[in-house]
Parts: sequence; structure tokens; C-alpha cells
Amino acid sequence: MGNEAIALGAIKAGVRVVCGYPGTPSTEILETVAKNNDGSIYTEWSVNEKTAMEVAAGAAYSGARAMVTMKQVGLNVASDPLMSLVYIGVKGGLVIVVADDPGPLSSQTEQDTRHFAKFANLPVLDPSTPEEAYEMVQAAFELSEQVGLPVILRPTTRICHACSSIDVSDTREEHVPAGFEKDSRWVIFPQLSYKRHIETEKLQIALSLIFSKSPFNRISGKGPLGIAGSGIAWSYAQDVISDLDMDIRTFKVGTPYPFPAKLAESFLDGLDAVLVLEELDPVVEEALLEIAGSKGLKISILGKKTGNTPYAGEFSYELVHKAISDFAGLPNPDIADPAIPTLPSRIPVLCAGCPHRASFYAVKKAMKGQKAVFTGDIGCYTLGNAKPLSMVDTCLCMGASISVAQGIKRIEPDTRLFAFIGDSTFFHTGIPGVINAVYNQTDIVIVVLDNGTTAMTGHQPHPGTANTMMGNISEKIDIEALLKSVGVKWVRKVNPFDQKTAILAAKEASVVKGVSAIIFEAPCIALVKKPEPLNVDSEKCRACGLCIREIGCPAMVLEENGRVRIEPSACYACGLCGSVCPFEAIGGMSNED
Amino acid sequence: MRTDILIAGVGGQGQILASRLIGTAAILEGYAVRTGETIGMAQRGGSVVSHVRIGGESMAATIPFGSADLLIGFELCETVRNIKRLSKNGRLIVNIQRINPVTVSLGMDEYDGTAMEEALRDVTSSLIMIDGYALAIEAGSIKAVNTVLLGASVGSGYLPISRESFMEAIRSIIPQRFHSINFTAFDSGYHMARHIIAEDVELKER
Repeated sequence: MGNEAIALGAIKAGVRVVCGYPGTPSTEILETVAKNNDGSIYTEWSVNEKTAMEVAAGAAYSGARAMVTMKQVGLNVASDPLMSLVYIGVKGGLVIVVADDPGPLSSQTEQDTRHFAKFANLPVLDPSTPEEAYEMVQAAFELSEQVGLPVILRPTTRICHACSSIDVSDTREEHVPAGFEKDSRWVIFPQLSYKRHIETEKLQIALSLIFSKSPFNRISGKGPLGIAGSGIAWSYAQDVISDLDMDIRTFKVGTPYPFPAKLAESFLDGLDAVLVLEELDPVVEEALLEIAGSKGLKISILGKKTGNTPYAGEFSYELVHKAISDFAGLPNPDIADPAIPTLPSRIPVLCAGCPHRASFYAVKKAMKGQKAVFTGDIGCYTLGNAKPLSMVDTCLCMGASISVAQGIKRIEPDTRLFAFIGDSTFFHTGIPGVINAVYNQTDIVIVVLDNGTTAMTGHQPHPGTANTMMGNISEKIDIEALLKSVGVKWVRKVNPFDQKTAILAAKEASVVKGVSAIIFEAPCIALVKKPEPLNVDSEKCRACGLCIREIGCPAMVLEENGRVRIEPSACYACGLCGSVCPFEAIGGMSNED
Repeated sequence: MRTDILIAGVGGQGQILASRLIGTAAILEGYAVRTGETIGMAQRGGSVVSHVRIGGESMAATIPFGSADLLIGFELCETVRNIKRLSKNGRLIVNIQRINPVTVSLGMDEYDGTAMEEALRDVTSSLIMIDGYALAIEAGSIKAVNTVLLGASVGSGYLPISRESFMEAIRSIIPQRFHSINFTAFDSGYHMARHIIAEDVELKER
């Protein structure tokens, strides 16, 4: 997997500290480092990306090779230390791996980290295959130490989650950190920032020259037409060019910023037109336009700005095939279009037995007939917005549930506000929102959905799970005690499958003056052994369908006779359906009768 | 050999392990492999697809439309959803299990299994439908439906990698305590597919 390749490349390069916060499609990088750790590497799941960036920076200040991993939106959280780090610089190589998610397949934005790198004045490497990601991460450490700046590696989903056969070296470079040396350079002050800004701008020119000689940027082929590309779009282009048996001039850009301008000039030399293929923002396109403009070249540069390729969504072989065919004046490919009947849509849903379903349902029942808004957050529980629960009215970014609820409450004082947040998200960026609500005396109910893990990204530990990535047992950070310590006076811990108590707690919490909190505590089903499934007593079932309509559990199947069947392979015997059924038709083991 | 294999199903059915097993078995036979999959949110019961490309020159892991040599469908509707990627002479191994999306149970969508099966028959005659679910339960775990389908792919001759390489792949990437279930599951799919093909040949000869 591309993510594994990045991890193994970093290990080979002698990385000593790796930290990050889980986020698709980046998660497996840090997990792979931890799995292949010979004991000389420190790894941690940090509480959030800002913290991770700062931990890695400290290690790099001390001369160690360090790496920090996150998804693209994680870089927004880490952007404060990132922007300043550019002025401070590093001693040991610091590689920031930011996985972008064109599509998006698993994210709330389609932001392009290449633009972020340009904004921050940091070099960025953009791999087109897992093999190249393996090479690039090693080169990134070298470059970071050469220029004294952090270097960004920006793989995308189709690189991170693609596997290929790679020869991995067993040897590991030895980089013994010199340790932290006290020096005024580590303390950012306006005067220092001004001086460093001048140097950083000079470095951009130097980096552009370095990149013009980099093996990650290559020109090949001939003719009056040219194709430039980066990332996975470049791989699609290579496949299309080979399938069409074309001879065309190509420019692979592996370092989109600082742009290899000198190499680009020799690519543009003698061309009539260029098609630029890159996902998301027109970074390469703008760089080529700038060169063509400043050199007065009469070349038409086609890409997003000319409508030849889209800004939004991910590219595909077919999209690139059409763009290249149109550009080269070739006929469009003839793809067979088999007749397909209308298919039901299949969107992701909360798992059968998921405790979040019970938590949402309890609050829904408690607030029936009342004016209430349910703010949501990032995690599996965002799926609570789907019918029939419809319990997520807002979702913005990590930790926003608690703060957005406060803003709505200020405009709608008569509305009950419930902010739903998962345990890992609570630690990530939820806590400042709680303190803000307590301090500003806002009447909201905070609902912590504590399933004891970071579920959506594949069950990583967090401060509330009492174990770390290094395998140590740590002091469990108690969410209930934490809430009380910042001044939340009404806190109730409830098992959401005890619906009676859960509904009562939600009702009580909703009338508390100030901040109240419910912790719905029940483990993620993926962490427990699957119990014997429940079943429907066909004599008692009156085919009313209420259970399905109310909770929409994927283990419940509506039979043609209108009765409900529980799919034994999916059922986790949570019993929520049983508490909904008015005829007590859903029961435990089949050997009861 | 150059073979493009697509695996389609519902998140949680074990497609990722199946694609890893094919990849490992192909590497054992000396081929270069590329795979690509859906990981993350879609795994929560959504539609998922894995692409496995063996022995080709392609740089991208995604199989273009009309190019898959074999489509292994873990679920009926998800198989149909992906037949556009099957090549003209492409082959199909389909698990007949139907998994109703919640939208169907809620009456928002319809699941027309008969029309779906017809669509599959229209697109290719190289089609094997097996009850992978039943065979997996027989082998000892519903979770082994992925190895049943791999066994069927090899037994039918649709996937040109040896049974021995798959056994080796199972040994190398699946924890030991699950080996015997997976060996049994693989072989039950393998023999079932051989049986189906032999029967069909007999029918045609008559």
C-alpha cells in the first residue's frame, strides 16, 4: 500500500519520531511505522494535528529526523505551527505527510495541499505511484536537511490506498540526533521573522533550481503538442498515451512547488499547445501560464481554466482518455454500455448494533414534539444524519458541534441544543468549546458518544483508552471528571442501550440551566465478540414495520410478506429493536422456545 | 499474463483481504501487481470496489471501463453496479447473496433481483453463480465468503493463478488459527465451480 511504502521509506531514511492524528486516507502510514518499529523509533497518536506537528518540530529542532502524518483537513488544524515553522526552520529533517482526498471519498473538503505548500513557502512532493512515494519520502528527508525547511509529501487517496510490488531495502540509515542546542534562532520574534522572510524568498528560487534537476521532474517524447501532469493524473495519462500508442511530448511534475521553472521552459520550447492534467487546483497550470506569460511564449495552455478538465472531483482513466483524445484530435473511445436495471443506492450506514444508533434514538425520543437542534461532528456518528434517525442537523469540522450549538442558541434561545461529539473528537478539539460554553454561560447539552476508540479510521487508541501507540499503559483521561473540572455541573454517564434511563437523562439535561452533559458509554461493536443474534417471533410479529421505520438497522430485512427478519450474520444483539417493538416479538436465542 | 480483476461488494464483506490474497498469490508466481481499494467511510456498509491488476504495464491501479477480465461479485446488486468495467470477453463469479440496503427496507428503493440476474446473463455467458454464503457457513465462518469466492475463481479457471499459490498466500497473511477454515472455504468454492462448469459442459454436449 502507498501508505506502507511511505512508512517503510521513512524507516529506511532513519526517522526517529513519527506522530500524527488518524484520518482517511493517511492513517496506515503511522500504523505501519509502529508495526515495523525495531524499537529505535518513537511513535504516537497525538491528540490532534497541531500537537503532532509541534511534537515533530521539537524532535527536528533536536536534530532528529521526524515525520508527522495527517489528512488534508488535519493540516488546517496544524496550520498555526506550520506557518511559523517556515520562519524558524528545522535542524533534523522534518517531513509533513498530508494525504489529499480528491472526490472527496472520505472528507469534508477537496482542498489541495499543493496550494497550502505554496501559501506557506514550503517545498511539496507529489507522488504518482506508491513506488514513487517510497522514493520521495526518502528524498524529502534529504532535502529538508539540505535547505533547513520542513518538506511536504502530498499523496492522494489513489496513491495511499493503492498497492504495488516494491523492492524494499532492509538497510536503515543512521542519523544520530545532536540534541537540542540553545540558540536565539528557536524563538520567533518580529525582527527574526523579517530576516527569515527575506531568506525564505531566496530559498524559493534556489529550490526551483534544485527541482529543475530533480529526477521527480522529467521530460520525454516529441512533437508540437505537450502534456504536463502531476500525481495520479500523470499515471492515468501515461496509461492512456501507451494505450493510444502516441508519441507526444510530456512533462511529469513531481515537485509542484517551488515549480521547476527552468525545466518547464525547456519543455515549453517549440510547443504549440499544452494540456495540463492534475486533480483539484490548477497549480501546474498556473505555473506554466506564468512562465509562458513572462517569456512571451505563444502557447495555448489548456486545463481547468479553459474547461478542458474539471476542478472538482477525482480524475479517472476515462476522464483523462477523453481529455487527451480531444486535445490530440483523436476520436473518443467507444465504451460498451451494458443495460443496467435501476439499482438501489447503497450509502454507508451506522453498523448493526452500533451504540450511536441507540444514543441518537434516545435523544430523539426525549425531544419528540420539542423544538430542538442537533449539532453533529466528524466520525462514524455523522452517519446519524441518515433517515430514519435524521439526528445530525449540522456538521462542519472536528470539534465544531459544541461551538456551533452555542451560536445557534444565541439566536434561538427557546430551542433545545444538543451537541453530539465522539470521544476521540472530544479530545481532539472539543474541549475548548466546552470551556467556552461554561465561561459564557450558554445553555447547551453536550452529548459525548463514548465508544472507547477512534472508530471511523480503524480503531486507534486515544487519551480516553488508557493505552498508547508504543504499547504503554497510560493514565486514562476520564471524560466525566474532565467535564466536571471545567465547570460542567450536571454530568450523567448512561449506557445508551438502557433506553429508559437514556431518554430520561436527555429530558433532564435539556432543562438544565447552563451546560449539561451526557456521556453515552458503550463500546464500538468492532471491539467486542459477536454475540448470538436476536430473532423475530413470527407468531408475535404483526408486520407493523415499526422497528425498521424507527431505527433503520441494517441487520433488519423486510420480507415480502411484510414481516421483519433479522439477518443473523449482521445482528449484534444490541436489543434496540426489541425496545422499539410494541408486541415484544423480538427476542434472544432461538433455543428459548 | 496480464489480468485485471475487479471485486465488488458491500463494505465489511472482506473484499480487501480477498484483493490482498490475490496480490500475494500473484507475487508468489512472479508477477508484478497493482491493487486499489475503497477504505474509510464507505466501509460502513456502503458500496465498495477493489481493483487488482496482475502482470500489466499500467501505472494506475484503477481498471478502466470495459477492461476487467474477471469480476468477482460478493453481492448481486453490487456486481451489476460494476459490470460496465467488465471487458467484452470478461467473466463473472457471483455470490448469489442479496444484502438489502436500509433504503430498501425503508421502502425508499427497490431491489429487483430478477432483473439484476438477467442483466448479468445478458453481459456474459461466462458466468458462475454460487451460494458463497452457505459454503462459508459450512466451512465454519460466514466471514470466509471471500475465500470461497476466490476458490471458485480458481476452480472455474477464470483466475489463472494456482490453488497452491493461494494456499501459500493464506498461510502468509491470515493468522494461523483461521487457516483451516480458509483452506476448507477455498476448496469448497474451488470444487463447486468445477462442478458447475462440468455440469454445464455435459448439458451442452447432450
